[in-house]
Amino acid sequence: MADTQIRASADALLRARASARGPRDPAAVIRWTLLAMGAIVMVMPIVYMLSASFKYPYEMYNLNIIPKEPTAENYTYVLSDGRFYRWFLNSFIVATCTTVSAVFFDALVGYALCKFRFRGRYIVFIAILSTLMIPTEMLVIPWYLMSRTFGWLDTYWGIMFPGMMTAFGTFLMKQFFETVPDDFLEAARIDGLNEFQIWWSVALPMVTPALSALAIFIFLGNWTAFIWPLIVTNSQELYTLPVGLTTFSVEQTVDWELIMTGAALATIPTLIVFLIFQRYIIRGIAMAGLKG
Amino acid sequence: MATVSIQNLVKAYGKTEVLHGINLDVADGEFVVFVGPSGCGKSTTLRMIAGLEEVSGGEIVIGERVVNHLEPKDRNIAMVFQNYAIYPHMSVRKNIGFGLRTSKLPKADKEKRINEVAAILSMTDYLDRKPAQLSGGQRQRVAIGRAMVRDPAVFLFDEPLSNLDAQLRTQMRLEIKKLHQRVGTTIIFVTHDQVEAMTMADRIVIMKDGHIQQVGTPAEVFHQPANVFVAQFIGAPSMNLLDGVYSGGEIAVAGRRVAVALPLPDGAAVTVGIRPDDLRVSAEPALFEGVVNVLEPLGAETLAHIDIGGRDVIARADGRAPPPVGARVYLAADTANMHFFAPSGEALR
Repeated sequence: MADTQIRASADALLRARASARGPRDPAAVIRWTLLAMGAIVMVMPIVYMLSASFKYPYEMYNLNIIPKEPTAENYTYVLSDGRFYRWFLNSFIVATCTTVSAVFFDALVGYALCKFRFRGRYIVFIAILSTLMIPTEMLVIPWYLMSRTFGWLDTYWGIMFPGMMTAFGTFLMKQFFETVPDDFLEAARIDGLNEFQIWWSVALPMVTPALSALAIFIFLGNWTAFIWPLIVTNSQELYTLPVGLTTFSVEQTVDWELIMTGAALATIPTLIVFLIFQRYIIRGIAMAGLKG
Repeated sequence: MATVSIQNLVKAYGKTEVLHGINLDVADGEFVVFVGPSGCGKSTTLRMIAGLEEVSGGEIVIGERVVNHLEPKDRNIAMVFQNYAIYPHMSVRKNIGFGLRTSKLPKADKEKRINEVAAILSMTDYLDRKPAQLSGGQRQRVAIGRAMVRDPAVFLFDEPLSNLDAQLRTQMRLEIKKLHQRVGTTIIFVTHDQVEAMTMADRIVIMKDGHIQQVGTPAEVFHQPANVFVAQFIGAPSMNLLDGVYSGGEIAVAGRRVAVALPLPDGAAVTVGIRPDDLRVSAEPALFEGVVNVLEPLGAETLAHIDIGGRDVIARADGRAPPPVGARVYLAADTANMHFFAPSGEALR
């Protein structure tokens, strides 16, 4: 008797739990539907890019995901084109140098603005923040004039200099340094470290998640940057990958299958970076309360 | 080891003065505790001694040197912070050895020193752990170890036990006291907990609103408080204070007359202070009479809140047989154990 009652209660409990979590829960259905739609919207372009990279030109404008006649010829063509490796290398050099520089200077300036009390500190911070409100397209003209004046056109430095220090990174790092208690820095000061050593040995290791997230944001941003590298470079030897891929389109025709193949290959490093550091990206976004 | 001398020390933030010219001499090897309520200036004073706050006026002398303009690292001091300030990304060994980073000692000597300090603090088995793997008490020991390893002339402690639970705080209190007896280094310790101050200090400095109220041994500040503030701040529960009027060698207080000779004119107001320990609940008619309002049993004794003529006083009663709530009781007190304060708050004897 008691056994039957216990079994009936257990069944009722399981049914209640199943209905709370299962597909019959309207809230869950709406939630999952919206998430699925969002995922499809996000993933579709990537799926189409991969699909197109395996298609022949005649099939390019069909929206079928699975190619009728799959081919790896596009990959063979792109990878056998020596320019691709050059652009890949250029992108890597630009993204890496910019990331190292921006992380270093953003963390340095963010720390100074956060932990030092000096006259004009607030004004400097507001001035840096205000640059976030200006779109890149507007900054391109002064950057170009500056590059022309200093002879930086068509050089690595010309491509990299606008991103060597970022307002976003400075703001992000300042926010993170706020979470480092001053006691740590004062303890190091008493222990005899100079201010640079305190920043390097004590403060920086305590904001590693932020540094990692910032590094990833900047690397991805520079890896995919298009407008400024397109404007500042003239010779194909200095093209970055996104700029180089546009050479597959000429006046009358656009070789979409080659562009999609190049784009698919260009995605690989960013995917690797993301897969390795995804927890830092998520933590960085969550802690900074910012969108990526 | 070194003496510390503070002369007319002033601290101001803009036009707001928070320390108003304090003077203090700390003897070589002495354990001095700064105690006072929040905002009294005790931590500011400590931070000025450490060199973490600029001195607005006066002088700080450590040993024979005026250190006002010296960097913290050049003052030969070490400081333990309230939140330990041990670096989470370093092992215990690296944390303790951090103070030796800038030292010119050979590596072997540094290792030896770290091991010695770890042994003193019973942390040898934890040297390769990260702070996250330690308990609160162990973290505090690491912080103390990092201060000890440099063998400073003066230890500064800024409320180091505040983040510990009551049991651990008692244990660490004892450990710090033992440590002082062992190493004999001058210690300046800041706390807002008067029990900590009483149990650890050779001398206590009681501060309020940027002024030193009294400097004395624990017994002196307890038995001979300089003013009403000290009388109330030191001792738990606080001293009972009753308003009275002096006239003809007697004080009229709570409807009774207490015979005592005070240097006051007739008709002068006077505050009578009696510690709860000196106020005994008695079955026989005694100095005061009142009604038991509330009982706070503490085990061996019970604190009885008693209403005497509209004033609530606290007396200690027997823990086994306290008077019931609502009972009418008598309270006895010896005049010799009473404290008398002038209207200005200063002690009269």
